[in-house]
Amino acid sequence: MAVQTQTRWQRARVVEVSDVADGVRRIVLAPEHPEHAAPGTHVDVRIGSGTGTGDGVSRVRSYSVVRSEDGGQRLTLSVRLSPTSSGGSAAMHRLRTGDELTVTGPLQNFPLAVGASRYVLVAGGIGVTALVAMASALRRRGADYELRLVGRSRAVMAYVDELVGEHGDRVRLHVDDEGTPLAVDDLVAAIARAPSAAGTELYMCGPIGLMNAVSRSWAEHALPTTNLRFETFGSSGRYPAQEFLVRLPELGREVTVAPGASILDALDAAGVETLSDCRKGECGLCLAKVLNSTGTVDHRDVFLSEAQKERSDMLCLCVSRAVAADDGSDTPAVLSLRLT
Amino acid sequence: MPVTTPPSTAAAKIFNYPRNAWYAAAWDHEVTGKQPLARTIAGVPLALWRTTEGRPVALADACWHRLAPLSMGRILGDELQCPYHGLRYNAAGRCTGMPAQETINPSAVVPSFPVVERYRYVWVWVGDPDLADPTTVPDMHQMDHPDWAGDGETIHAECNYQLILDNLMDLTHEEFVHSSSIGQEELSEAEFDVTHKGDTVTVARWMRDIDAPPFWLKNMRDKFPGFSGKVDRWQIITFEAPGTICIDVGVAKAGTGAPEGDRSQGVNGYVMNTITPESDRTAHYFWAFMRNYRLDSQTITTQLRQAVHGVFGEDEEMLRAQQRAIDSNPEHEFYSLNIDAGGMWVRQILDRMLAAEGRGSSAPAAGQVA
Repeated sequence: MAVQTQTRWQRARVVEVSDVADGVRRIVLAPEHPEHAAPGTHVDVRIGSGTGTGDGVSRVRSYSVVRSEDGGQRLTLSVRLSPTSSGGSAAMHRLRTGDELTVTGPLQNFPLAVGASRYVLVAGGIGVTALVAMASALRRRGADYELRLVGRSRAVMAYVDELVGEHGDRVRLHVDDEGTPLAVDDLVAAIARAPSAAGTELYMCGPIGLMNAVSRSWAEHALPTTNLRFETFGSSGRYPAQEFLVRLPELGREVTVAPGASILDALDAAGVETLSDCRKGECGLCLAKVLNSTGTVDHRDVFLSEAQKERSDMLCLCVSRAVAADDGSDTPAVLSLRLT
Repeated sequence: MPVTTPPSTAAAKIFNYPRNAWYAAAWDHEVTGKQPLARTIAGVPLALWRTTEGRPVALADACWHRLAPLSMGRILGDELQCPYHGLRYNAAGRCTGMPAQETINPSAVVPSFPVVERYRYVWVWVGDPDLADPTTVPDMHQMDHPDWAGDGETIHAECNYQLILDNLMDLTHEEFVHSSSIGQEELSEAEFDVTHKGDTVTVARWMRDIDAPPFWLKNMRDKFPGFSGKVDRWQIITFEAPGTICIDVGVAKAGTGAPEGDRSQGVNGYVMNTITPESDRTAHYFWAFMRNYRLDSQTITTQLRQAVHGVFGEDEEMLRAQQRAIDSNPEHEFYSLNIDAGGMWVRQILDRMLAAEGRGSSAPAAGQVA
């Protein structure tokens, strides 16, 4: 497993676009400097002002490599159009064959280990994009694995038929509106009961709620923490995104955070100097102190512990949000913060 | 990554090394649970250590955080701790502890490479881990087989690894480089047979009814006290990709049937060599001399190790000088002689392995960025 974190920007041409589920667009790129993308890798895409962020700010979005063909000459990404898109997914959905964009080579933060006695892959919604290549690699290795596909409805779930075709019985579907949701605790309890418990690795990518449920259950069954592998792009929370206000009393500033932007985006656009690195709720560099909140803080990071989120006196600016108290009024939540 | 691949040539002067291969990274005793070992294998810096169960581990020698060398860190039970900020990693390379926070960043992992311990060496696979099949570790069974005894050393060779393979695949050079110990003019006079099959190459040479050179006369007298007279001498060199060369060597009283298979009136040794590229211009050269007579004599083990140490010291000096001359004469190419057949088959096999990885045999020239 190679962990690559070096960002090398290059041009890539769109060679194919197609829809693979409601609101999910498959985009095949031909990068200028092809490099094979191992399972678990993603590429960063620069969404510039020209690509329609609307506020003139260039942003970086990460998309898992669904498939890497011909030594990386064809890289398949798949992007779900977010209803509250900050410009990233909307811009990606506007791409047409022949368009060019700026991307990194494959970056690896989610490597698939060799030699586990059993692998369980759990994909929630668009999180499936991070696991398609892993499942293929496990099949080629002849590994013992299963793939759980979780979604709200079949129409929005990408790659289901393809995965069932490739992996047969190893795929289990859990569709909310078909009454077959994933019973997280049953899944984890079964892993813990099996003789291979200590050698089973679970890889997951999906909404934070699903991943939190799996993490909690994993800890309750005393399974080894390091065998639980996950990747988050920090794009989901307990509540739908809504507009709210951020107050910075020490700077005497007030900034509105639109549903499609993060606090960090809004502060950057307003010219407030901030510090950040991963921008997906993992590193904790953008941590700010919560002085006061009129609503509820929707922590969407994996940096703070459950206990810290409970206290809610800190938050990660890159992913976390505020939601208004459910009192019938339309008043947006107000969050007072102290930046580092 | 090179953007363009230089044209492939079998006589490349700085030969690329395959990545999808098992390389001996260390002697078994060098890898411990006390202190990590820093060693670069096929261009990849590694921290080598052992878990409490004694299982060898090879992690990339750079912390996920700020790339401090983990080989300078401490082994805490089944974890390796970064010497700088105390991040801890398990044998799979996964971070198990970070300073000053209650959670662990899910991205925090360093590569952990497949490892096999066999034949007194720790072998590492730095290529695609999906292809690492432990049954393909090159055969060096004499290293720990009860019919054989002996020991060896490591040379840090200042040359491209392929020059060492060339050196071992053609022992004609013994006449010139090792004239005081094992060299004799019959070496360049005797005919030799070259055969190849799959990823192995064999070069066999018999010299009949000759005087035993000093090294072999001593060995004969260890087994047959007071021996004098003519001997039949053999050298049967076997290469197994990518860098292992085991040489069946010995002499027997002349005319007692050794070439036909009866070696009872002789002494037999195996020169065990496995060459691991470190960089384009350096290599770890692991060697040992194993014998199948007087197995209980530690004195003979020591004497043979010292004798071969002296012989290989002469090779080391020649190889270093050759590498310097290669680098000083960039416009000059290699030419081949008939004696190079073994070495050229080796190159052809390595070339095939490199092609399977989508790479050519020529490493980038000095100063060029790979």
